[in-house]
Amino acid sequence: MSTITLAGQALEVDEGGFLLNPDQWTPEVADDLARQAGIDPLTERHWQVIDFCRRDAAEKGTPPSLRRITKVLGVPTKELYTLFPKGPGILAARIAGLTKPKGCV
Amino acid sequence: MKKLLILGGGTAGTLMSAKMRRALPRDEWAITVVDQDDTHVYQPGLLFVPFGVYRARDIVRSRARYAPRGVELILAGVDRIDPDASKVRLKGGTELSYDFLILATGSRIVPAELEGLTGPGWQESAFDFYTLDGADRLFHALSRFDRGRLVLNVAEMPIKCPVAPLEFLFLADWHLRKRGVRENVELVYATPLDGAFTKPKASEVLGQLLIDKGIRVESLFQASEVNGQDRTLSSWDGRQLPYDLLVSIPTHMGSQSIGDSDMGDELAFVPTDPHSLRSKGWDNVFVLGDATDLPSSKAGSVAHFQGGVVEENLLRSIGERPLGDGFDGHANCFIETGFGKAVLIDFNYDTEPLPGRFPLAGIGPLRLLKESRFNHWGKLAFQWIYWNMLLAGRELPFVETRMSMRGKWT
Ligand SMILES: Cc1cc2nc3c(=O)[nH]c(=O)nc-3n(C[C@H](O)[C@H](O)[C@H](O)COP(=O)(O)OP(=O)(O)OC[C@H]3O[C@@H](n4cnc5c(N)ncnc54)[C@H](O)[C@@H]3O)c2cc1C
Repeated sequence: MSTITLAGQALEVDEGGFLLNPDQWTPEVADDLARQAGIDPLTERHWQVIDFCRRDAAEKGTPPSLRRITKVLGVPTKELYTLFPKGPGILAARIAGLTKPKGCV
Repeated sequence: MKKLLILGGGTAGTLMSAKMRRALPRDEWAITVVDQDDTHVYQPGLLFVPFGVYRARDIVRSRARYAPRGVELILAGVDRIDPDASKVRLKGGTELSYDFLILATGSRIVPAELEGLTGPGWQESAFDFYTLDGADRLFHALSRFDRGRLVLNVAEMPIKCPVAPLEFLFLADWHLRKRGVRENVELVYATPLDGAFTKPKASEVLGQLLIDKGIRVESLFQASEVNGQDRTLSSWDGRQLPYDLLVSIPTHMGSQSIGDSDMGDELAFVPTDPHSLRSKGWDNVFVLGDATDLPSSKAGSVAHFQGGVVEENLLRSIGERPLGDGFDGHANCFIETGFGKAVLIDFNYDTEPLPGRFPLAGIGPLRLLKESRFNHWGKLAFQWIYWNMLLAGRELPFVETRMSMRGKWT
């Protein structure tokens, strides 16, 4: 656990950089989290994914899997890797202020 | 007569039929189990088939043998479920109605979900071991394999028994060493996870075992395509892994009948209340085992722990009493680590696997999160327990439905 300052707020994050207090998330925090991960700026298309992740997590209690994002939102995997390089599932969840996707134990 | 219908006669369906036959009066309730075939596979045994420890025939029995007295077993595929009308249509056209339905249709692998996997080289240089046929073919390929690179890839989570890929690698290391060819073989573990396992403490211990055994890990590897001609596995982020032998754990999905009946999520797993185990969509439908969409492990031990909860809540539903919150995600599993040793882990929704002794605090004899010979014998003895106690829906020696923190070091 450590504290970082984003969008003028002191935020607590875990070892993976995920917010410990989801209530502190704002769109500005997302911008900064994205910048940290080398995504600058967040485009309309990024926001579609982020909004979907937040909505889905609120409903399901856990961030959506990659497959769920592609199937339900209709964004192809290839594009997700361009939008959120390396690990779109994990990165999108982190920028959306959610927990780390469990990958189901 | 009232009717309880159970779809799926595998681990969960069989143990539920035994439990409910004991719990429900025979003159009031008819119980029917439907399964598509008469081949009940002891699935944990599949892990040992590629290494010749078990032959395919050692781990298969007839389902009919395990249908309890007073339970009707119908061998036919389920075609469609109509949960609004409480009806099920079987392939061939027979229609069944029910008062309560238990979905225990498990999960299946769908290799075609990974581009190219079932193309050229499938079952020649690329195999699965999650089916009887796949495990048997891999046994023949592995016994001839003496040099090159073996890549084990998990295509996508969730999978049944999430530790089985690691066990496969540990056993492969042992198998190749025993044959004196380990130096000629590179073992690679390509996983979509960011470490060896989904839970941090266990991931540390298992990650160290991988290092000790000289197994390379490619983490965050989301497979995009198999090229069977060049024998290359690619990932979405542009990595390429050439292989001589590919062992794939393909995408898992729920039963086709769940998808066709629009009762499942994007992988045809049924949305289920995590604690009561009632389906989210229908009050007279309960779900257990691999068929649920829950974040608990897809494991036989989990189906066993869930069985007690479903029994309790089904009886409450029948008696029109409020449901209890019984299930905590409890799972425990033995992890084979090769050379006659195994690790045991025990965890639930909230508590990750911890070191300690099990099932008796401080005494054991099984050691949690540590390699020991005792654990290995525990794993082999489990086949006997499976056929004789678990499928009969009996309590297992020392094991409780809810996880216990006794004997664990926090
Ligand atoms: C390699 C491997 C190793 C494993 N190791 C372990 C272990 O060490 N410990 C552990 O606890 N678990 C282990 N497991 C997992 C365990 O076997 C499963 O989690 C367990 O069997 C799940 O039970 P189930 O009843 O939900 O599904 P299953 O036992 O798979 O039963 C589902 C049944 O539904 C039937 N069915 C599906 N669709 C239809 C249809 N349309 N019509 C009719 N019938 C249908 C199928 O024929 C099947 O019989 C392992 C699994 C594998 C593959």
